[in-house]
Amino acid sequence: MRLEVRETYSPALSIIAPFGAIIFSLLCSFVLLFIAGAPPIESFFYLIKGAFGSPNALAETGARATPLILTGLAAGIAFRAKFWNIGAEGQLYAGALAATFFGTGLINLPQFLMIPFLFLVGGLAGALVILPLVILRQLYKVDEVVTTLLMNFVILLFVSYLLEGPMKDPMSLGWPQGSSVIDNGVLPQILERTRLHLGFLIAIVVAICLWVILSRTAFGFRIKSVGHNPAATYHAGIPLFKTVLVVACLSGALAGFAGITETAGLKGYLTLDLSPGFGYTGIAVAMLAALNPIGIIFSALFLAMIYVGADSMSRAVNVPTYLADVVVAITVLSVLVSLILINYKIQIGKLKF
Amino acid sequence: MHSLLEVESISKSFGDLAANNDISFSVSEGEIVAVLGENGAGKTTLMNIIFGHYLPDSGSIKFKGEKIPVGNTRAAINLGIGMVHQHFTLAENLSVLENIAIGNQSLLGFSIDFKQIEHRITKISGEFGLSVDPRAIVSDLSIGEKQRVEIIKTLFGDCELVILDEPTASLTPQEVDQLFLTIRSMVKAGLGVIIISHKLDEILRISDRIIVLRNGKLTGSMDKANFDKSSLAEMIVGKKIERPEKNKGKKAEKLMELIGLNISSNIGSPMGLSDINFELFGGEIHGIAGVSGNGQRAFAEVMAGHMRPDLGDLLINGKRVKKFTPRAFMDEGVAYIPEDRTSDGVVGELSILDNGVLTETKNPKIANRFGFLNKKSSTKFVGEICEENDVRFQSLNQPTRLLSGGNIQKLLIGRWLKRNPEIIIACQPTRGLDEGAIVSVQKLLLEERDKGKAVLFITEDLDELLLVSDVISIMFDGKLMGPYDYDKLEKREIGLMMTGSGIL
Repeated sequence: MRLEVRETYSPALSIIAPFGAIIFSLLCSFVLLFIAGAPPIESFFYLIKGAFGSPNALAETGARATPLILTGLAAGIAFRAKFWNIGAEGQLYAGALAATFFGTGLINLPQFLMIPFLFLVGGLAGALVILPLVILRQLYKVDEVVTTLLMNFVILLFVSYLLEGPMKDPMSLGWPQGSSVIDNGVLPQILERTRLHLGFLIAIVVAICLWVILSRTAFGFRIKSVGHNPAATYHAGIPLFKTVLVVACLSGALAGFAGITETAGLKGYLTLDLSPGFGYTGIAVAMLAALNPIGIIFSALFLAMIYVGADSMSRAVNVPTYLADVVVAITVLSVLVSLILINYKIQIGKLKF
Repeated sequence: MHSLLEVESISKSFGDLAANNDISFSVSEGEIVAVLGENGAGKTTLMNIIFGHYLPDSGSIKFKGEKIPVGNTRAAINLGIGMVHQHFTLAENLSVLENIAIGNQSLLGFSIDFKQIEHRITKISGEFGLSVDPRAIVSDLSIGEKQRVEIIKTLFGDCELVILDEPTASLTPQEVDQLFLTIRSMVKAGLGVIIISHKLDEILRISDRIIVLRNGKLTGSMDKANFDKSSLAEMIVGKKIERPEKNKGKKAEKLMELIGLNISSNIGSPMGLSDINFELFGGEIHGIAGVSGNGQRAFAEVMAGHMRPDLGDLLINGKRVKKFTPRAFMDEGVAYIPEDRTSDGVVGELSILDNGVLTETKNPKIANRFGFLNKKSSTKFVGEICEENDVRFQSLNQPTRLLSGGNIQKLLIGRWLKRNPEIIIACQPTRGLDEGAIVSVQKLLLEERDKGKAVLFITEDLDELLLVSDVISIMFDGKLMGPYDYDKLEKREIGLMMTGSGIL
């Protein structure tokens, strides 16, 4: 088997390939469902129904997509500059901590100010977490994959300590959870009697803004250039340190936003299981969308559909919900392979793709 | 003489581009065949097909009368075809011995018989005049020595046909002589040799036969008896080349000065600078000769603001510079054409359009005050660069890596000239370019000189140095010798000073 670089770029192929990958991964999951003893077509029907079948299901998918859009954007912007921020999970909790610290009574503003204020402090908290790490990386070449990843555990244990101690809500009947965010800070529902909240719209607006910044502005251009070739970018007079610093802080801030949407939107208070790995799934979201902010909205919705749908599928046909993780993993792998196919021809024996 | 390699009607296309079109040639035992051609003429593709990196679309290759399986590097190596690549493929942190062992030992073996390998290395070096210390660490070796290691590595596998890709690209005249002795002893031992090059003078000295490629086609073949430089040059480019004429520039006022400049060596630049006093005048091309790795990089980088000197002053227009960043120097009117244009010059994955405006993200014509890029004026800006400097492309949106080296260089230089710089720092600006592109780059720099700009011209090619420069300094071991007027120096003398002997 060998790979040959494609000298010509085919726009049709670059659209077909990812969709082909998604279809391929769905076929793989059919096989898995079959092995698990469930009727594949029927299970798949339950998955779709669970994700889209009723207003409530749709709302649930949207609510689940919200933090994924934000952590996806966090990974997406950082990866564009080849800054491998694996720490969105920790930065999300940092944002959630900020929401708990400032939003549970310390500061009281009218709603139209309180919500932006919470996003501001949440973003700052996420950025602050990443700031020392990006400085270490730019000055001393300390590998950010390691530092951002390990920072997740530091922050999670710190949150655990706070929730068991100083920040524990005295009204929580002994559960380790933070106090509730005050009413002015809570993100209002956008569908009555569902969990879909304003955070969903905010996430989409943020994604669109980011898309405009990345594709239309000099700053976005510099990020792209730094990511592809830092040396040539430096030679062209663009400061690397500053550019990567801003990108990393922006990435941390976006993950911090996700902490706000979960604390002030979905749950109302901080718990240790606030995020079932949204920070890590965000990486898959970003990869699936080839780091494009608009694509990230859709890939977040797609993954949210699988997770939410898999919950109801598992109830209906009695298969483990972990199948959702497997499907997501296969999808991401197939999409990554399909991206290779866009750039390379694969040849096995006499067969050419 | 027995025929060693027979290439029969090889064709290979990449998309619409016919990189090789029905090429046939042969190499006999004990024969040196040179493959000449511009960049993009298909030389490297052809060699990669022979060596098994690429599959040809049609045609066959015979080695010693037998067909060899195409597209199989391992088979090519086993049959006795060896290739010395232009860019060295050595692990810098390992010793010579270890580097040679890596390529020739089974990965699954338990132990490596270093004694036996060392013995063989000594034997090969003796036989072919490739003196190198097997225990030395590769990063400590000079370019010439590294090349010798590459050749030993190739000969180690009992090869019978050696392909040398641009072997003289960065050697001193003395090192070239030594390499040629090695090549002669190789053919004396019955090996066949293919040399890929674009340096006509050297090729005429060494080869028995020359074949010329142009646009993927074989345009000519010439035996030693009929060698004729000017008709070969024409075969290569398809038209007559008008070299720039030697004339002296008009020296104007001093634009840059370095006083007592010192840079200690560090990881980023293994060779520092010691006690550099240097002046750069407008209207003059100041050539710097030297084997690469003698401090030229640090010298160029400090003059372009990429590096801060440990000691000493740098003055631009008589003013002492305090801030050493590329941007600050750009704003002072310095343009820096880096040595490695594909890694430091352009962002290969990005479009020509993007690369053309990479230096202009602060230019109000390109990005408005809110930071939004103006696509229309960018397109106009880059279109002008390409037109003024004869950059040939299919579309401004194509990835820049698809351009030939010459077009990349013209795009880069054009981008800098658009900023109307007063001082141009050019590092090896013609290295690896074909004849046509070399001449256009030289002419561009001469034009700037005639406009009164100061040009620093760092090169390893002495013919070019003498052709283009008005004054010449020589760099060795982090120190600068000179300046000398170009007509006061012999090529031979420069060669000696480049190696530290014969300081005038």
